[in-house]
Amino acid sequence: MRIHFKTSYENDIRLFPDWWSFLVYAVLVAGAVILPWLLDDFFLGEVTNVLIWAIAGLGLMLLTGQTGQASLGHAAFLAIGCYSCIILMENGLPFLLAFPLAGVITGVFGTLFAIPAVRLHGIYLAIATIALSVLADDIIVLLEPWTDGVSGKFAPMITIFGLEIERWTTPDRFYWLVLAVTILCTLAYRNLLRAPLGRAFAAVRDSEVSATAMGVHIAFTKAAAFGLSCAITGLAGALMGFYAGAFNNETFSIVISISLLMMIVIGGLGSIHGAFFGAIVIAFLPQALSMATDTIGGMIGGGNVAIPGLETGVFGAILILFILFEPMGIYGRWLKIRTWFELFPFARKDMFKRQKSYLKTERLR
Amino acid sequence: MSLLEINNATLKFGGVVAVNDLSFSVEEGEVYAIVGPNGAGKSTVFNLISRFYEPFSGQIAFDGQNLLDRRADAVADLGIARTFQNIELFDHATVLQNLLVGRHRHRRTNMIEEMLFTPRVRREEHKHREAVERVIDFLDLQPYRNKMIAGLPYGVRKVVELGRALSSDPRLLLLDEPASGLSVEETQDMRWWIDDIRKQMGITVLMVEHDMGLVSGVSDRVLALADGAKLAEGAPAEVQSDPAVIAAYLGTGAV
Ligand SMILES: Nc1ncnc2c1ncn2[C@@H]1O[C@H](COP(=O)(O)OP(=O)(O)O)[C@@H](O)[C@H]1O
Ligand SMILES: [Mg+2]
Repeated sequence: MRIHFKTSYENDIRLFPDWWSFLVYAVLVAGAVILPWLLDDFFLGEVTNVLIWAIAGLGLMLLTGQTGQASLGHAAFLAIGCYSCIILMENGLPFLLAFPLAGVITGVFGTLFAIPAVRLHGIYLAIATIALSVLADDIIVLLEPWTDGVSGKFAPMITIFGLEIERWTTPDRFYWLVLAVTILCTLAYRNLLRAPLGRAFAAVRDSEVSATAMGVHIAFTKAAAFGLSCAITGLAGALMGFYAGAFNNETFSIVISISLLMMIVIGGLGSIHGAFFGAIVIAFLPQALSMATDTIGGMIGGGNVAIPGLETGVFGAILILFILFEPMGIYGRWLKIRTWFELFPFARKDMFKRQKSYLKTERLR
Repeated sequence: MSLLEINNATLKFGGVVAVNDLSFSVEEGEVYAIVGPNGAGKSTVFNLISRFYEPFSGQIAFDGQNLLDRRADAVADLGIARTFQNIELFDHATVLQNLLVGRHRHRRTNMIEEMLFTPRVRREEHKHREAVERVIDFLDLQPYRNKMIAGLPYGVRKVVELGRALSSDPRLLLLDEPASGLSVEETQDMRWWIDDIRKQMGITVLMVEHDMGLVSGVSDRVLALADGAKLAEGAPAEVQSDPAVIAAYLGTGAV
C-alpha cells in the first residue's frame, strides 16, 4: 500500500503524485517507443489504430466526460480534421503546418457549432449533434470541387524534414508520429485538469447554478470545451485519414460517432485512462469477433459465417451491461481491483456500494 | 453607504408575489439574518442578488455599483459568494477541486497557458492552493481533502459548500440555511465559524436561517419576512418579540 505524505502544494500540482507512478508511466512510454522492434507490421498497425482512436476518445472525453455535453456528431469533426489537413497538404503546406492547422480549423468549427448548441441540454444536444453527423455526408458530397465527393481522396506522403512517413511502407515511423501526438494530447489534457479551466469544465458538468455563482461563464466554458474537444478530434481525424490511406464521404459516418461515444462510456467517463481502455475495446473487438465467428463456423462445419449487424449488436450489449453493472467503465473496475490489492486483506465487500444520493428537487429554493 | 442595498424589489412567479416591494440594506462587517416561514421569499431574495432572477421592479446595489446590469456569472467578481439551501456541490469532483472552483474569480491565466502549464500557471496554482489550504484548516476539512463529494455525509457537504464560498475571498457571504439538517454539535460549529468569518476574516454575512438560537447568537440585525414583504427589522430580541412576527409564525404553523 502506498501512502502519500503531503509536503507542499507542489505535490498536488505535479503530473505524477509520487515516484512510483512516475516510474510506471516512464516504463509505459519507453515500452511504447520500442514497440516497433517487438511487433510485426500487422500488430503495429493495430496498435497505431488503437492510439488514433484513443486521441479521438480524448477529444470526446473532454466534452462528454469532463464537461458533461454528449455529442453524437464527432464523426463530422473527424471529417473536418481529415479533409482540411489533406487539402492543405495538397495545396503545398508541409505536414508540420497543415496538421496543427487542421486541429485549429476543426476547433473553430466546433466553437461555431457550440455558440447556438450550448443552450441545449442532454438529449436535445445529442439530437442536434446527430443532425451534424448526418449532414456531414451530404456536405462532403456537395463540396465536391474540394473534397472529390463520392470518389474520395488519397492521403499524400507525410514528410517531416525530409523524412518520409507512410502507413504501409514505414509503419514504424507512422506509429511513432501517432505516439508523439498521443503523448502531447494526453499531456495537454492532463495539464488542463490541474488548472482552472479543467475545474470549470467539471463545475459546468455537475452544477451549472453553483458554477455560475462561483463566477464561471457557462456558455463560454462550454464553447471552450467544444472548441478544444473538436481540435483534438480533428487531429485524430487527420491521422485516421493517413491510416486509412483513402477516404470519402462515407468514411466518417454516424456509426463512427456512436462507436466513439460508446467507447468512452465503456472505458470510463471522465478519465484519461477511460479513453485508452475504450480504444482498445473498440479497435480489437471486430478482430476478436471475426476470430470467434471463424472458430464457431469451423466447429459447425459451415466455414465462414457472416452475421449481419453482429458487431453493432455486441457493442450495444456490452454498452448496456456496462451502464447496468459498471457505470464507471473499465477504468472504474480497474480502480476497484487496484484498491482491493492495495488494501489486501482489509478490503470490505460493501466498500464500493453505490451511495444513494438525495434527489435534487427545487434546486434553487 | 451600505455594502448591499435592496430598494423596492418586487418579483412575481405567475400569480405568486415571491418578493413584494422589499427594501433593506446590509452594512459592511455585520451579520444580517433573514427569517420567515417557508415560502416567505427568503431564497428568492438570494437568487435576486445572485442575478438568477430578474426583478420585476426595484434596485439592487453592491458597494455602490448597480448589480442589475451584471450577468449572474459576473456577480462573483465583485466578491459575493453564496451557499444553497439544497446543497449544490460538484458531486463528481473531490473536496479540494470543489474549493478550487471557488477560486475561479481569481483566474488570471488563459486556456493556452493552462494546456502548456507554464510557470505562470504553476505560480498561480500555488496561490490558489495556499488560499484553499487555509480554508481547509479553518473548517477542519483535512480528512476529506481528496474525497469525492458523492459519498460524503450531509453535514460535511454543508461545510464543504461553506468552504467553497470562503475560498473565493468574498466581501459578502450569502448563507441559505447554513444549519438546516445539521446536528446540535454541527450547528454549534457553524456558529463559531460564522463568528470567526465575521470577526477574523472581516467578511459581511447575509444569512437565511430557521434556527432562532443560531440567529440570535450570531446576528446583529434580523429581518422578518412574510409573503415576500418586510414584517419587522431590528435586533434579534426585538424581532422575536414583535407581535406581527409571532402572528405570522403562528398563522402558518411553522416555527
Ligand atoms: N422558480 C420558481 N418558480 C415558481 N415559483 C417559485 C420559484 N421560486 C420560488 N417560488 C415561489 O416563491 C415563493 C417563495 O419561495 P422561496 O423564496 O423559496 O421561499 P423560502 O422563504 O422558503 O426560501 C414560494 O411561494 C415559492 O413557491
Ligand atoms: Mg428557502
